[in-house]
Amino acid sequence: MKITSLPIHFLAVISFLLCGSLVNAQEHSVAEANNEGPVNTQQEITDYTNHHLKDSHDFHLFSYQGSDGERHSVGFSLPIILWASNGPVAFMSSEFHHDIDGEVVVEKGGSRFVNLHDKIYELEEGADSIVMGEDQHPENAHKPFDLSITKSVFGILLVGLLLLFWFGSLGKQYKKKKIPTGFGRALEPLVIYVRDEIARPNIGEHKYKKYMSFLLTVFFFIWVSNLLGMTPFGFNITGQIAVTVCLALFTFFIVQFSGNKDYWKHIFWMPDVPVIMKIILIPIEVLGMLTKPFSLLIRLFANITAGHVVVMGLVALMITLKAQFGAVGSTGLSLVLTLFISVIEILVAFLQAFIFTMLSALFIGMAVAEHDHHHEHDTDDHEVDDVEDVRESFV
Amino acid sequence: MDQLLNDFSPGLFVMQAVILLILILLMKKFAWKPILSSLDEREQGIQGALEAAEKARLEMKNLQADNEKALQEARIERDTMLKEAREIRTKMIAEAEEDAKSQADKIITQAQEAIAAEKRAAVAELKSQVAELSLEIAEKVVKEELSDKKKQMQYVDKMLQDATLN
Repeated sequence: MKITSLPIHFLAVISFLLCGSLVNAQEHSVAEANNEGPVNTQQEITDYTNHHLKDSHDFHLFSYQGSDGERHSVGFSLPIILWASNGPVAFMSSEFHHDIDGEVVVEKGGSRFVNLHDKIYELEEGADSIVMGEDQHPENAHKPFDLSITKSVFGILLVGLLLLFWFGSLGKQYKKKKIPTGFGRALEPLVIYVRDEIARPNIGEHKYKKYMSFLLTVFFFIWVSNLLGMTPFGFNITGQIAVTVCLALFTFFIVQFSGNKDYWKHIFWMPDVPVIMKIILIPIEVLGMLTKPFSLLIRLFANITAGHVVVMGLVALMITLKAQFGAVGSTGLSLVLTLFISVIEILVAFLQAFIFTMLSALFIGMAVAEHDHHHEHDTDDHEVDDVEDVRESFV
Repeated sequence: MDQLLNDFSPGLFVMQAVILLILILLMKKFAWKPILSSLDEREQGIQGALEAAEKARLEMKNLQADNEKALQEARIERDTMLKEAREIRTKMIAEAEEDAKSQADKIITQAQEAIAAEKRAAVAELKSQVAELSLEIAEKVVKEELSDKKKQMQYVDKMLQDATLN
């Protein structure tokens, strides 16, 4: 009974958050045509897409034209936590009134902050407004260390809570029964899949158990994050380079710390090759050590970013092709193409989670593998000898 | 590249690292450990059950083979017993026949012996009676003959004649 009552609590919390935010949004609604108004031109579409791909400091769901002629945006603000030059500062993002052009200045803890393209800048002493330099970077402001609960952090927390709730309740089920029921019955084969198709064949029967927690968590984290990116909430967690860098670094450090003697030997003193080759191979192998996690982080980031760009571009077709096909034609075309690409994106969401986990497991497997070329050679020779012997004895 | 570096948010990186680390640890404790250990336990249980079933199947097979063997043995034993019984029967019949035959022979012999003895006794008695009778007759004849002189002479003559002829 406890299991079934939990989702209701969970939904209640979510709906409470949303309700609170709606009231919040009503209070702080502003009319700013440049980022809240309708998106019509090519430039605006590009800006809108870029804005979506980046992290954001408030949770914006949609906006509408009110009866009073002002634009009301619906969503909720998120806390901003900064380590500024005068120590830690925390305030709600609503204080910027949805401004991302660095116009609204918020003064907190003796420092003044502006929000420029969803990056918080701290103004230098004596500056009243942000001044842009020629290289498109602010001249009189710098970025403080930003530990805000941004939209992506919110998404990460949401994914974490979902995973904890789903798999925690699955883990709890085993105390009472051998075979899980309900949603757990769908989750269990996924766990088995990761174990039997990813961890076991790549790491090896004897060593895979140590890495299961990491692989499972990362697999489901990436998958659920990718899927969350497909929802209209507009999360783009795995499309944030910081997130993929972090995930890849986890893999990198796990690989380096679990590397055995053979692994390091193959990097710094490759066996069975001439000495000159050994020396030439050292930088190549060291580079390879670094490119493996780099390819991981770029692959995930690029795939998810590309997916979001394509979906948004196809959605934008209903504006860009309106002149050629008319409102109905362009909307229909956009709908069909977006549906098509969304189905592919759902596949990609799984595929990227699978590839990331699979390659992580492969790299770990390479680091912990027991190399025994010499043994293999010996056995091969013996086999050949045996065959020759047999042939001779026959002749 | 510049764009990418500009988009890289150190704050988000730190948050992600901390949250992911905590998430891995929490998931390990509350989810992966119980799930994986239960899965292992279940798989071992299934493995054990399969092995037990295989073992039971083999035992069953052995048992069946044993049964077959026992049946075969019983059949052979039955056949031998039947054969023995038949032999015994034949033997018994033969013996009985033999016995009966010897018994009959014995009885016949005894009977023959008894008959012979009776015969001898009867002959002996007959002989004595004939002798007695002959003597009486002879006595009477002598008494008769001797009473007449002429006839006595005649008889002696006849006797003498017979004796000479002999």
